[in-house]
Parts: sequence; C-alpha cells; structure tokens
Amino acid sequence: MIQLNNVTKRFPGGQEAISGLSLSIDKGEMVFVTGHSGAGKSTLLRLIALIERPSDGQIIVDNQNTRRVKRRKIPAYRRQIGMVFQDHKLLYDRPVFDNVALPLIIAGVSYRDAGRRVRAALDQVGLLHKEKQRPATLSAGEQQRVGIARAIITRPKLLIADEPTGNLDPDLSLEVMRIFRRFNEVGVTLLIASHDITLIDSLGCRRIALEDGKLQQEADPWQ
Amino acid sequence: MAITRNADAIAPVRSSSVFSIWLARHTSTSLGALGRLSRQPFASLMIILVIGVTLALPAAINVIVKNMQSVSNSWSNALDFSMYLKKDLTVSDAEDLANLIRQRADIESVGLITADEALLEFKKQSGFGKALNQLSENPLPHALVIRPSSGNTGASLTLLQEEIRNLPETELVQVDTEWVQRFHAILDIVRQAISIGVVLLGIAIVVIIGNIIRLDIENRREEIEVTKLIGASNAFVRRPFLWTGFWYGLLGGAFALLLVQYGLYLLREPVSRLAGLYQGKITVASLTITESSAIIGIAVFLGLFASWVTAARHMRRIEPR
Repeated sequence: MIQLNNVTKRFPGGQEAISGLSLSIDKGEMVFVTGHSGAGKSTLLRLIALIERPSDGQIIVDNQNTRRVKRRKIPAYRRQIGMVFQDHKLLYDRPVFDNVALPLIIAGVSYRDAGRRVRAALDQVGLLHKEKQRPATLSAGEQQRVGIARAIITRPKLLIADEPTGNLDPDLSLEVMRIFRRFNEVGVTLLIASHDITLIDSLGCRRIALEDGKLQQEADPWQ
Repeated sequence: MAITRNADAIAPVRSSSVFSIWLARHTSTSLGALGRLSRQPFASLMIILVIGVTLALPAAINVIVKNMQSVSNSWSNALDFSMYLKKDLTVSDAEDLANLIRQRADIESVGLITADEALLEFKKQSGFGKALNQLSENPLPHALVIRPSSGNTGASLTLLQEEIRNLPETELVQVDTEWVQRFHAILDIVRQAISIGVVLLGIAIVVIIGNIIRLDIENRREEIEVTKLIGASNAFVRRPFLWTGFWYGLLGGAFALLLVQYGLYLLREPVSRLAGLYQGKITVASLTITESSAIIGIAVFLGLFASWVTAARHMRRIEPR
C-alpha cells in the first residue's frame, strides 16, 4: 500500500527531517510509527499526505508515484486518504454533523444524501447522539472521535493518524485505538504516529521506529 | 486508489448527474454565503450602502442627462426661422411668396404674419398699446415663419436659410436655434465625463469588495486550511467567496436602483410644476428595463470580478501546514 524508496526531506535550513528512509507497508496492515519528537514521524505522514514533497526519493501510495501527482490533483489525491490529527482540526463554527459531512460535501454529495452516511460514521465512533452539538462542547476524546468519523466517512482504504491519542488519557486512548482496530479488521490500512509505547505494545502491531529521520529498528512481534 | 473524479471516489452513494451535483453545490453555497452576510447585518448593510451610493451617482447623472436631451430634442425639432420681408411688399405679394416657398420639398409649412397682425400682437404683448397708437404708420414688415421639414440635416438647413436670405424679397432671416446646438455639445461633454467617472467608480467598487473579501478570507483562514487538508480543491474553497461577491454586487446594485428611482420620484412633482409654467409636456423619464438590468448586471459583474481576483490570489497562498 505504501512504499518509500530512499526518501529524504530536507528543509530550507538544510536540516533533514527524513534521510534516506525506505520502508514498505502492505495492504490491510496496521502500523505504528514511533520515535521522539523531531524523529520525523510527522514529516513522514505529511509526505504521504502530500502536505510536503520529498527532496529526494520515491513514495508510492497504492501503486501511484506521488511525484506524478500534480499540484492541481492533490485535492483529489487527499480525498482518497483518511486523516486524523492530534489537534483534531475540526471546524468549531458548525455542528458535529457538518464536520463529519464535510468530506462528502467536498466530494459533491448533497447534504441530504450525506445524512445516512454521517450517522453511520458517528455510530461507529459512538457519537450518534451528539450530531447537533458544537465540537467545543465535547470532551477531547469525543472531539477526536468526531475527527475519526470525518476521516472514515469516505471509506478510504488508507487512514493516517498523527498522534491521535496525544491529548487523551489512557482510557480514552485505548478506546480510540480500539476504534482503529475495528477499521483495520474490515481491511483499512492504518499508519499511526504515536509515542505511547505501552499502548502500542498492548495492541501487538508492527512498529516502525524512527530516529533522526532514519529507521531505528523494526520490532515485529511475530518474530 | 488511483485518482478518479469526485463522483467515483465515493462509490456507494446514489449516483446523481454531474449537473445536479453542480447545481446542488452552488445552491447551498450561495445560500450559505447569504446566511453569512445576514449574520453580520450591520457590516453587510454598510458595504451594500457604499456600493449602492457609488453606483447610484453615475446612474443618476445619466438619467438627468437623458432627460435634458429629450427636452432639448423637442426644441431642436422646432427649427423654425423667421423671414422678414421688405417693407414695399403688399400682403398679396407676401401670400404669393408664402405659397411659392410652401411648395418646396424641404419645407414643412409656412405661416404668414402680416404687418397688421404683428402690430396687433405687439400692442397686446408689450403693453405699449397707447404709445403705438400714436404711430402714423405701421413700422413692422410682413413676416413668414418657415418650418423646414424634419428630413433636413444641419448642412441642408444652412443651405436652405442661405437660399431664403438671397431671395430679392428678403430683408432679414433670423435663426434662433444656435444655442440648442451649444447645449447639445455641453451634454456630450457631460456624458463623456460620466463614462470616465463610471470607470473610476467601478475601480473603487472592485477595491472595496476585494478588500472585504480579503478580510473574510483571513478570518476564515483556519477553515480553509482544514478543508484543503481533507481534500478540498481551490475551486471548492473559493466558491463561497465568489458568492459573497455576487451578493454584494446584486444587493448593492438593487440599492442603487432604489436610490435613483426614489430620487426621480422626488423630482417628479417640481418638474411637472415647471412643465405647467411652460405649457409643455415635460415628463421625467425613469430608468428603462434595459438600463435597470445594466446597473444590476454591472454591479454583479464587479462583485464577482473583485471576489474572483482576490480569492484566486489568496487561495493559492493558504496551504495546510
């Protein structure tokens, strides 16, 4: 699903966030990216989401070389990937329903047709009864689940999440991870950046550890 | 997961035609933009006011010029000139001459005012009746009032007047319509000035709306970033701002129309009083349907143009970080 060949991301100052990184993630995998802050976790996800372009190397997402995705085509490319952020990135001036519906509206689905799917997505994250509330009235864990509902509403094959549990206490974190797990069980590929090693270990998923933009080790629980 | 068109990207949604998607998007975005304006009624009203006044100014001047022109046209149709005959001509000589001139193709009518009639009229009008009675003989000549046919051009009129002037019976030819031509020249200058003014005011409106839209974009920067992050195209994030510009233009144009029509309504009364004094039929011509739609059209165009230029410039700059 995702393949990186010798990818380097150099910032204008000259420092490298990712240097010569190669890795491969199969379809249907649930993979964690770990490492200290500044190790390049976020940059890796941003490269995959085409928020950044690599300085060097090749990134292939679902058989598609991202270098060939023209600027004009980036929105269409992003619509195929579900994204979850540490700070949720919700729109606080509109209710939960509208937030979750947004990807569908962007894709041209009418507001009315979107309703059924918005409720299905909210049901999956356990927030069906909160659709009319404003995000600001929700707890951090609930806001994150709204973010997840928004990410999965277009039924992407790939979901990337940058520190999705960064602001949550352990119980809420575990709940979010369980939600991710359920998506993984129906075939969604997940790539999650996190520094919560204990939580990750308890899930028993593959881990990609980054250090200074390079691969530190690949801890595979099945070996 | 190859890149496909929007509609394909989400397979299990009831398929609707491209047009109905387009229509639904625009309907909801336009209403959304209108809702946004109505949520800040005071600010929106001020902007609409500014646009309205700015547009009403040239429109009003234009209407005034148009009215003056129609009034002066009715004057210039009266191209009559007077031909005073030599003193030694008798009434029957004058009648013969009038009949002769009347037969010309470029003459519409010829009226004869005999010396006696002229004196009578003069006595009545001038108030010198008694003094004039002292005169031993009538000092006034016979006169012909000649009305050229409407087919005449300026050049043929001059030629006609020259011919009449050269007739042996003619003492004097008097033309009274030169000032009408001068008046027309002045109106032409005013018109020219308006069209220059319209361009300048148009630029002002574009700048005003552009600035408002720019502020709006800055205020909604975060929202734009987030929507772009989850796959919105530039066109998608631009759309609400275009509609905002559209509504400003439409409402501002409508307000300008209202101002002009109300102004004309206020003028109607004094103008008809003036017309009464002149026994004339001067009516105030208001804006025609074409002119009204032109004002609205120009306003909408300026609004759309301003918002499009501004949004296009700023949307590219706002990228998710």
